[in-house]
Parts: sequence; C-alpha cells; structure tokens
Amino acid sequence: MQRIGVFVCHCGTNIAATVDVKAVVEALSHEPGVVFATDYQYMCSESGQTLMREAIREHKLGGVVVCSCSPRMHEATFRKAAAKEGLNPYMVEIANIREQVSWIHKDIKEGTEKAIILGRAAIAKVHLNQPLQAGESPVTKRALVIGGGIAGIQTALDIAEAGFEVDIVEKEPTIGGKMAQIDKTFPTLDCAACILTPKMVDVAQHEKIKIFSYSEIESVKGFVGNFRVAIRRKARYVDEDKCTGCGICTEKCPQKKVPNEFNMGFDTRRAVYIPFAQAVPKVATIDANYCTMLKTGKCGVCAKFCGVGAIDYKQQDQIVEREYGAIVAATGFNPLKPTQYDELGYATCADVVTSLELERLMNAAGPTAGTLLRPSDKKHPHTIVFVQCVGSRCDAENEKGKPYCSKICCMYTAKHAMLIRDKYPDTEVYVFYIDVRTPGKNFDEFYRRAVEQYGVHYIKGQVGKVVEENGTLKVQASDLLSGEQLHIDADLVVLATAVEPDKSARGIATMLTASMDTNDFFTEAHAKLRPVESPTAGIFLSGVCQGPKDIPETVSQASAAAAKVIGLLAKDKLTCNPCVAQSDELLCNGCSSCERVCPYGAITYSDKEFRGPNRTTLIRRVASVNPAVCQGCGACTVACPSGAMDLKGFSNRQIMAEVDAICKM
Amino acid sequence: MSHNKNAAAVEEVLRSSGVDVRKCMRCGKCTATCPAFDEMEYHPHQFVYMVEKGQIDKLAASDSIYRCLSCFACMERCPRQVEPAKLIEAVRLHVIRAKGANHLKPEQIPAMLDEDLPQQAIASAFRKYSK
Repeated sequence: MQRIGVFVCHCGTNIAATVDVKAVVEALSHEPGVVFATDYQYMCSESGQTLMREAIREHKLGGVVVCSCSPRMHEATFRKAAAKEGLNPYMVEIANIREQVSWIHKDIKEGTEKAIILGRAAIAKVHLNQPLQAGESPVTKRALVIGGGIAGIQTALDIAEAGFEVDIVEKEPTIGGKMAQIDKTFPTLDCAACILTPKMVDVAQHEKIKIFSYSEIESVKGFVGNFRVAIRRKARYVDEDKCTGCGICTEKCPQKKVPNEFNMGFDTRRAVYIPFAQAVPKVATIDANYCTMLKTGKCGVCAKFCGVGAIDYKQQDQIVEREYGAIVAATGFNPLKPTQYDELGYATCADVVTSLELERLMNAAGPTAGTLLRPSDKKHPHTIVFVQCVGSRCDAENEKGKPYCSKICCMYTAKHAMLIRDKYPDTEVYVFYIDVRTPGKNFDEFYRRAVEQYGVHYIKGQVGKVVEENGTLKVQASDLLSGEQLHIDADLVVLATAVEPDKSARGIATMLTASMDTNDFFTEAHAKLRPVESPTAGIFLSGVCQGPKDIPETVSQASAAAAKVIGLLAKDKLTCNPCVAQSDELLCNGCSSCERVCPYGAITYSDKEFRGPNRTTLIRRVASVNPAVCQGCGACTVACPSGAMDLKGFSNRQIMAEVDAICKM
Repeated sequence: MSHNKNAAAVEEVLRSSGVDVRKCMRCGKCTATCPAFDEMEYHPHQFVYMVEKGQIDKLAASDSIYRCLSCFACMERCPRQVEPAKLIEAVRLHVIRAKGANHLKPEQIPAMLDEDLPQQAIASAFRKYSK
C-alpha cells in the first residue's frame, strides 16, 4: 500500500467559504494508506509547496493528493514540487474541490460532503498510480509553411530570422496571396503592393527560406518534431532555374483570351503568364488549360522566343519529400461568390461587383489603370451603393450564407467609400449596413471620417432588390431609422461578400489531422490561451485559416505562430506526455477499431510473431501506439472491444477505482 | 433619398444652427434624455437625421418645433457634441422668419400665465415664438 499524504487547500475563501476544509482533512485522514493530512491557505504558494515537500520527506510519502483547484491550473506546479523531493510526478493526483465544488455549490454541508468524496476518489486512484517516465524524440530543425500570403510570408520571415530553415508551399505560381490584389490598406490608406512586395522580395532573397510555388501538399506523415511531407511540384512547363522572368513569352503567346484571375476576370492574359509585375518567384507559368501547344501539339511560339531555353513542354509533376519539425497552416481565404442572392443581381448585372473586384477596378495595375469605370459601359459611376454583410451573419441552418461576421468588410467598405469620395467628389456614395463594426486601433475614427469628412451616406438597413433598367441599377432598400423604403438609381453596386476559408484547407487539415470547425476554419488548441496552435502537436495556425481577420491582426498572429514554432525548433529533444495509450498485444484482436477513431494517426498495425503452443509460432496483426504522436485523448480505449487499449495514468482500473470510491458511501 | 431637395433650407438651418449633423452616431441619447418626449411628434434624434436627409419641410410643418422646451439637456448629454436643440431652434426660426408671422403674439401671453411659471420661461417665450 502507498503511503499517501493529503493536502487540502483553502484557496483563500474560494474553497474555504463553501467547504469545511478541516472536516475534509479529518475525514480523509482515515482513508486507507493516508499517513499525513493537513490543510493550508494557499497550497500553490511557495510556503504551501514547501509544506508539501517537507511532508514528502518526513513521512516518506509514495503518493500525494492535493484537494484544490482544477488540475489545469496547478497540476504542473504540484508535480514539479513533488519531483524536487524525488517523487515521480505522476504519483500526484488533484481532487478539484474548487471548480467542481465550492464555485458551484452554496450549501457548506453538501459542499463538504462532495469534497470528501472527490478526495476519496483521488486517494483510491493514487493507490494504483505507477511512476511514469516521459520519453523523448528528436526535432527536425526546419519548418513548413503552407500558404504564401501575407500570413505565411510573415511567419516564414520570422522563423527564418531566428535562424531556422523554412519552406513555403504555395499553390499559385507566385506568393503574395490576397493582399497582392488589394489596392489600399486601412486605416492608413497606404498602397498594399508598396508594403507587401518588399516582404515578398525578402522571402525570395532569404538564404533560409525556400519557396515551392505552384506546388501542393500531397501527404503528411509523422508527428511533432518529425513530420515527413510529400510536396507535389505541379508542372509549369517552364524551367524555374533557367527562366529570367523577362516576360517575352507572355508578350508573344498567341493565345490572348485567357481570363485574368489576378484582375478578377475583368481583362485577359496569355496562356503563358506571370501573374503580376512583382510576382515572386518571377517565373512564367504555362496554363495547360489554354496552351495550344499542350492541347494540340501545334504552336511552340514561346519556346521559339525564349532566349534561355526555359520552356519545357514535357515537364511533369514532381513529388519532393521533405522533413520538418513543425508545420504552419496559412491557407487563407476567398471571398464568397454571391451568385446565390438573385435579389442582388450579381449573376445578371455586370455593374454589380464584389469588393475584391472593386479593388482591381481601383488599382493602378488593374484593368482600368486605376480609373474607376464601371464594367458594363466603361463609364464613370456617379451613384454607388455598397451593401454590407452579403453572405455573413446568416442563419446557419438554412444555408443562406455564413453564420459568422467576416470582420473586415466594415473597414474595407469605409475605405472604398472614402477613396471614391476623395478621388471623385461628384459621386454620391451610400453604404447600407446592419451594424457598423469597427473595433481596432484608429478604426472607428477611420469610419467616422468617411461619414463626417467625406460625406458618405451610411444608412441602417439592407438592400432588398437590385434590378437593371436601361443601364441603371434600380436599388430598393430600407432606411430603418426613418422607417422608409428607399429607391436609388445607382450606376454601380458593390457587395461586401463574406470571407470563407480556402477550399484547399479541408484536405490539408485532414492530412495534418488538425481539427476544423463547421465553417472549415482551423480550430485553435484553446480559444484564449493557445490561439495559434492546433490541438495537434506541432501544427500551428497563421492568418485567416483560423478565422476572419484583417492585415494587422494577421501579421500579429503570423508572428505569434512563428514564435511558437521557434520555441519548438529551438529544442533538441521533445519531452513526450507519458500519459499515452498502450496496447496489450496479447489481448489485441487486430480489429482496427482504435486506428479508425484515433484523431492523431498515432496507431499503426503490424504483423508480429507470437509463441504458440508446442513450440509453434503464429503471426498475428496487432496495434501499436507511437507515444510521440499520441495525445492521450483516450478515444481508442473506449473503442477497443477486447480491452487491449489502456491509457497510462488513466487506466481502466484506476478509473473504476475512482468510481468505486465515489459510490462507496 | 431627398438629399438635394430643400437644399437652400437645409443650408440655412445648418448655417444658423452651426450644427454638423454628420457627427451624429445615432445613439439616441438626446431623445432618451428629452423631457418633452411625449409632446413631440419628431424627437431630437429625428431632427438630426431628417435635416441630414433634407426633410426640413416635414419638420417645419410639425408642432414639435414649439414643443421643445429649449432645456438643452440633449446638447448637454450628446457624446458627439451634435447639439440637437440648436437644430430645433434653427428650424423654428426658419419657419417664423419665412412666414413673416409669429407663432404667438405678445398680447396672447398674459392669459396663458400662471403663478408657477418661471420668469425665465416667459422671457424665453418671446425669443422662441416671435422673431
């Protein structure tokens, strides 16, 4: 039998006001194995820990039960204190008599009774506790960043600056992401390209950073510190090492009618193209869907004009395998296509555009060279209506759109309205809103400037109908503050569409075994205290893939994710959580139930030789757990039909002992 | 929207009141604080919004401009310093001056007096109801 010490904490009055701590000490001191029991005002304090350490020493304790707050709060504190006295830290158990007793009960008698029961359960468990040793695994000192937008760029730069190698995998031909398409940035109105492209160049020139552009993640294996990732380098039919980015091929290509996605389809590009002037890497890519040579075998103009022989029509996809210690998801977002809202006329009226489309219509490098002209007749619009919350804040049940607030629309709409009023004062600008949400440094002041200084008409209410009549958009809307229905003849309608996670994110999350919410945003390990980590060890989150956010917030989060990655890569070895699952091979029936429920991919099956009767051997398929990957969630122990799976530190026997202790009155 | 209707009237009201209606955040504190709320058809926040929208004629035709007590509570408490009472006064002056007629004639006043009426109110009545 263990020699057990019991320590009951008052937590000031947090516990002592609702639990008679002296009575708890008295009751628990008679439990089997308890050789020492006491109470103290603050067990977590320096003197509380000293009290515990002295007791371990004097009474030669083999197990400790602390009746205090949640183990999430101070389990580590007490384990550390015990370890200093040479006691295995896993011989310490916490009975949570604060969150589970004093904070939720009012009656002292009831509270005291429950505290005693929880203490008794912890004592019963400690009797069965085994000393556990945390294992170690090495760390590959290189990080992978998936996505080369501003989030991925910032994360990669910060990690590289700390001296670690970083690979960026970007599915498009260039890094830059959505920010590259944006004209100006709020709240300071500086040009997006002016602040983004120097960072893109920094990435390209950094000796620690390698860019895999036009590449996708094929598979992810391994675990924290030891990921093995296969990257598919899609054939771009141009030799990246030879191409100088001179652009002659993009001028000579006879296929001129390819919709230019960078300019949101408002103009065209060639089949061989460089997405924009400041692209990184500055390398041409042949679009196989439009290239005449690749489709019919007849053309070859680009190869003829290329001075360095970089065109290679026979190029194939290549799979590259790389090893990483940490992976950062920075998969970003797309604006929702508002085609499902017939009433807003996006699909039918050329002059109903989305906000990102407007960015290109206002950008100096855009299809109109920065002059705001409406798409249908290339005329200057004199009345512009902005509609906010298109596809955001919808009821999740009826699939009208996204249930969340997209967060950035209020600010970029204020920016658009202000820029238009500034450049074209003869334009009337209306903004229809449900709420104006502009928290953030200098954000509300920015919005008020649009109203007060630039005279943008903000109207509380929504647009109900947009109909085109002889080149005019008839907008029917409500002004809720005056209780009127408004009819506005507009030249251009701009829809602030919801942000949605990039379609590739779901597949990547599956490969990373990183969890996602119902909207396909990556879930953080803790909404408040671990916001840039995925619950899966070694996977970190950067940018909008975790939830809608603007550029300043994205950059902050990207740096935070980098800090977490650096903290991981700086270690030579990782200490594993020893409370992991373990399979009893003699009981395992090879059914794969555990493998299927394991969210971390920690369980593998292999054929093993067992000794049979009469000197025979037999081969059986049995499960084994990789302790470095297992997070100790216990799903497998529940799924296992033969009882072969058990969680160290939370074995079935230990749990049943606790249940028995609780039931034994 | 009737932003260009009554442009001259709007301009006059804005100039004579000195109020910047665009500063209003539509919080409604002016109306929340108004002691004459029950007497008024249009309330202080509506004055601000309707002037912004150019609906001076509606305000001018309403009895609300004479129901305002000119207590200035709305001005005192507005977080944005919009000063609705000045706007109401400006609309009232706009009406009185345009009509060339006073809302009350001095000789009507003695009959309306009672002992509890403060001197201040009597003095201000001359300012409020005649030009």
